[in-house]
Amino acid sequence: MALDSKVPKGPIKDKWTDYKNHIDLVNPANKRHIDIIVVGTGLAGGSAAATLAELGYNVKAFAYQDSPRRAHSIAAQGGINAAKNYQGDGDSTYRLFYDTVKGGDYRSREANVYRLAEVSANIIDQCVAQGVPFARDYGGLLDNRSFGGVLVSRTFYAKGQTGQQLLLGAYSAMNRQIARGKIEMFNRHEMLDVVKVDGKARGIIARNLITGEIERHSAHAVVIATGGYGNVYFLSTNAMGSNATAAWKIHKKGAYFANPCYTQIHPTCIPRSGDYQSKLTLMSESLRNDGRIWVPAKIEDAKAIQQGKLKPTEIAEADRDYYLERRYPAFGNLVPRDVASRAAKERCDAGFGVNATGEAVYLDFAAAIERYGKEQAKIHNIENASAQKIYDLGQAIVEAKYGNLFQMYEKIVDENPYKTPMMIYPATHYTMGGVWVDYNLMTTVEGLYCIGEANFSDHGANRLGASALMQGLADGYFVLPYTIGDYLSGDIRTGKISTETKEFEEAEKEVKDRIDFFVNNKGTKSVDYFHKKLGKVMWDKVGMARNAKGLTEAMAEIKAIREEFWKEVKVPGSKDEMNPELEKAGRVADFLELGELFAKDALTREESCGGHFREESAELDGPQKGEAKRNDEDFAFVSAWEYKGEPADAVLHKEELEFKDIELKQRSYK
Amino acid sequence: MDLTLKIWRQKDSNAKGQMVDYKVTEISEHMSFLEMMDVLNEQLVNSGEEPVAFDHDCREGICGMCSLYINGEAHGPDRGVTTCQLHMRMFKDGDTITIEPWRAAAFPVIKDLVVDRMSFERIQHAGGYISVNTSGNTQDANSLPISKHAADEAMDAATCIGCGACVATCKNSSAMLFVGAKVSQYALLPQGQVEAADRVKNMVAQMDLEGFGNCTNTGACEVECPKGISLDNIARMNRELMKAALK
Amino acid sequence: MNGFFKSSIGRKVAMALSAFFLMFFLLQHLAINLLSVFSPELFNEVSHFMGTNPLVQFALQPVLIFGVVFHFIMGFILELKNKKANGVAYAKNNGAANSSWVSRNMIWSGVAILAFIILHFIDFWFPEINTKFIKGDWSGTMAGVEGYRYYEELIHKFVNPIRVGAYVLAFVFLGLHLAHGFTSAFQSMGGTAGRKKTLQTLGKAYSILVPLGFVFVALYHFFNH
Repeated sequence: MALDSKVPKGPIKDKWTDYKNHIDLVNPANKRHIDIIVVGTGLAGGSAAATLAELGYNVKAFAYQDSPRRAHSIAAQGGINAAKNYQGDGDSTYRLFYDTVKGGDYRSREANVYRLAEVSANIIDQCVAQGVPFARDYGGLLDNRSFGGVLVSRTFYAKGQTGQQLLLGAYSAMNRQIARGKIEMFNRHEMLDVVKVDGKARGIIARNLITGEIERHSAHAVVIATGGYGNVYFLSTNAMGSNATAAWKIHKKGAYFANPCYTQIHPTCIPRSGDYQSKLTLMSESLRNDGRIWVPAKIEDAKAIQQGKLKPTEIAEADRDYYLERRYPAFGNLVPRDVASRAAKERCDAGFGVNATGEAVYLDFAAAIERYGKEQAKIHNIENASAQKIYDLGQAIVEAKYGNLFQMYEKIVDENPYKTPMMIYPATHYTMGGVWVDYNLMTTVEGLYCIGEANFSDHGANRLGASALMQGLADGYFVLPYTIGDYLSGDIRTGKISTETKEFEEAEKEVKDRIDFFVNNKGTKSVDYFHKKLGKVMWDKVGMARNAKGLTEAMAEIKAIREEFWKEVKVPGSKDEMNPELEKAGRVADFLELGELFAKDALTREESCGGHFREESAELDGPQKGEAKRNDEDFAFVSAWEYKGEPADAVLHKEELEFKDIELKQRSYK
Repeated sequence: MDLTLKIWRQKDSNAKGQMVDYKVTEISEHMSFLEMMDVLNEQLVNSGEEPVAFDHDCREGICGMCSLYINGEAHGPDRGVTTCQLHMRMFKDGDTITIEPWRAAAFPVIKDLVVDRMSFERIQHAGGYISVNTSGNTQDANSLPISKHAADEAMDAATCIGCGACVATCKNSSAMLFVGAKVSQYALLPQGQVEAADRVKNMVAQMDLEGFGNCTNTGACEVECPKGISLDNIARMNRELMKAALK
Repeated sequence: MNGFFKSSIGRKVAMALSAFFLMFFLLQHLAINLLSVFSPELFNEVSHFMGTNPLVQFALQPVLIFGVVFHFIMGFILELKNKKANGVAYAKNNGAANSSWVSRNMIWSGVAILAFIILHFIDFWFPEINTKFIKGDWSGTMAGVEGYRYYEELIHKFVNPIRVGAYVLAFVFLGLHLAHGFTSAFQSMGGTAGRKKTLQTLGKAYSILVPLGFVFVALYHFFNH
């Protein structure tokens, strides 16, 4: 099947408006007869469910947690971008579009990104109307902060809990529709397969996680909004339950999976402390506004620190290597995430890491505290302020800005980050890759949509900070509710979809058989054993830097783990009850397939772009020496994989990327 | 460190539960409490027993899923943290730790340490929103200036994660801090004031219907709240309801 | 107001309103008691006025009785409702970690106060009712006493050390009850936001000084007669 992105014709700035003006709509009376299933209720799924219900469709929404409010969108800290230009610093829709395409290393679809930039301003209006308490200045207007990879201040925020506030906004919109009876909410339910009838998505099979009951649900269209697959690494900043099962199941039923190798390793996470570690905690990128990243300049100092013989505060200014400021003077500590992460890895690999594991760098606020302190002293007309006074004044400002993050750090690491620099290290955070969708956000299966992090659409090979929230809400509030109407307008005479058909029966049987296998398999090893093993292969060989040899090995190793898994996995308990081990088993089984496709995708993409860094493809000399080298001639395409049984046999389809409005350039943050 | 755990085990909502003793060894002080529970569960799986079911998800203190009553306190002995952020350095080698589910008639146990918090959901359905369409045709965000003070206070109320620690810790199993936080968030903002009277009436009515107890102002909820939601929010809700009743 | 007092918050408000009334009554009662220390004559005058004025007797007194009865009955109803909301009891519960003993045991300090009030009724109020309404003697005098009888009766109550001990103990419980009750009533009325510190200080002062005043009067008479 040839990939058709269905991007409308016309100049980029008019595409979306013209398109909306001409697509088919469903009239309000008919919407009452149309059902839509939304799986996943984070920012994308929650906002979509609320909006679709408000438009008049009957929505069935599914979440594996006990409430939509718990989706992992809630953990996003820093903020949400919008081209409002409230700061008057030259921001515009075009600039946000340009920054996003450039930040994504020219591997995203122009038209989608432009549309995203266009609707971004609406999101802020919408959220304010919903009562989202964004930060404000003393004049009562909205405040902004700046994020990595851009030259303007366009990030709106609510303390360090922006994702929480936006999700609660979407959740409140859902609650309004639940109260009206337009959304039927299925909490503690997990989608285990999609059901296709005559090639169209017509329902899902879900498991009630409390009773274990397998349920059939039908609808005229199915929307997947289940987030990313970062947990394929076992350790990531994702929630424990975040999984790729829904996305992977639809892939197996015909939805192409795009660019799985584009994964974002976030530079500022709390480093790992031991083998028991179950997840990694992100420290917001906003910290890089004020924190300076460094490692010791001398290897003997680094060794002494690793052995606990030296403290960071004892190292003189001259003996510190502020490597981001050194390598990228223009952007300094605010380079995009992929660049910052690789730079940290480069220093740690060279032996300059700063904790016992050698895998950490410092994020230091001493300079910011002093700078703010002096500023405050001036504001308050304090002459000849003592060093302590300056420190106190400065600390108060830093605390007001990042207090909750500092407290979180202290609780985990048991060190006071006001007194000693924070330790950070990159960790898997976000997956730009995902289910392939066209301009309408429809997958390669008719009537099956995919939105938010679960799709591949807007971030190319790297996502800029504060853009995930923007994309999730744009998809859910402003894009999908329109585009889905175009498809559903053909379904107004279809009537209710029956679940008593052979398609539902077959899908249900498949799901039940697999569950039966798990609970009856008398294996010897826990699900986590396999998940950790997979994670280690992924991190070591498909992590921040990749090469052909490692990727080939990874594919073979993951396949071997998968085979062992199906022989040796042990799942205690029964299927007819709440059984967290059984839930995990199903998810890890899917990760074990996805991981191999991930490695295969990384192997075939013989260039470095964004979060995907191939050691073979780096600048060898010149001012950009050591930086990633993109290959636009051979790889300016989206890799969309078609399922053919074994992941190794997946077939590659290419969607060529055209850049009409932006000139392709080597990304430079120097 | 080596620990003895006394954990509530209950097969399902209909079964009768009981406290069961377990031993875990070589626990690192840097582990989070839930990582310690992972160690126990791995141990149980390997010995062919059913692992202890407990709610958890983000493991960074924001999703509100985790919910353990540890040594007689919601989210354990530390302050300003959820159970997933509680670290084992708060305990000593040889300690006995009692782990129970949230207890309240409105939070029935589903299994082991997992409780059903649908009552919270229904309270939110009753009025936890501003009735604005998600059409995007709203006015420009900056056309309505809101004082920084009100915005900050609304934000403080809005940080509630809906974990239920307030109910679990309240001697009356009252949900007033949870409901008060939501009522306050919207009552403080001009967008929310339009339907403030109906909202507070409906949410309080639903709260009562769910069987939560009456607030006696002990202040325990405020102390145990992982997000430090203030009792002032309850006072504000009381005022709001009185105002609504006088209308 | 439809249904307001049936809601959980409405009941809290009702508790708080009756509490305010009772706290005001306590102040008034204490003021009169203190007169007995400084001026037995004035004490007699005021007592006679309160005991014979129709407004006080037939309007304020029933309101007071209603307030007292209401506060107790509502307190017990709320306690029962709250118990019902609890579900299974915790195997281990460390209430001291997050709240004061007094706030968690209002019902017990309340019960102690109730016991005292019953005693107090038997001591003062029933004989008064008996004298006035059964015997029809509204003169405020008694045989062998010059002028009004009230002061004489008062000092006779504080002779027995056991009775004085019980009286003092009751006021210790009242102090405990007020230590939480004072600020709690304001909180229930929605009045603490922004004024928490002031109210806490006032509450502390009230809950210590008022019971102490009653105890002082009792001990003064015990040691001086």
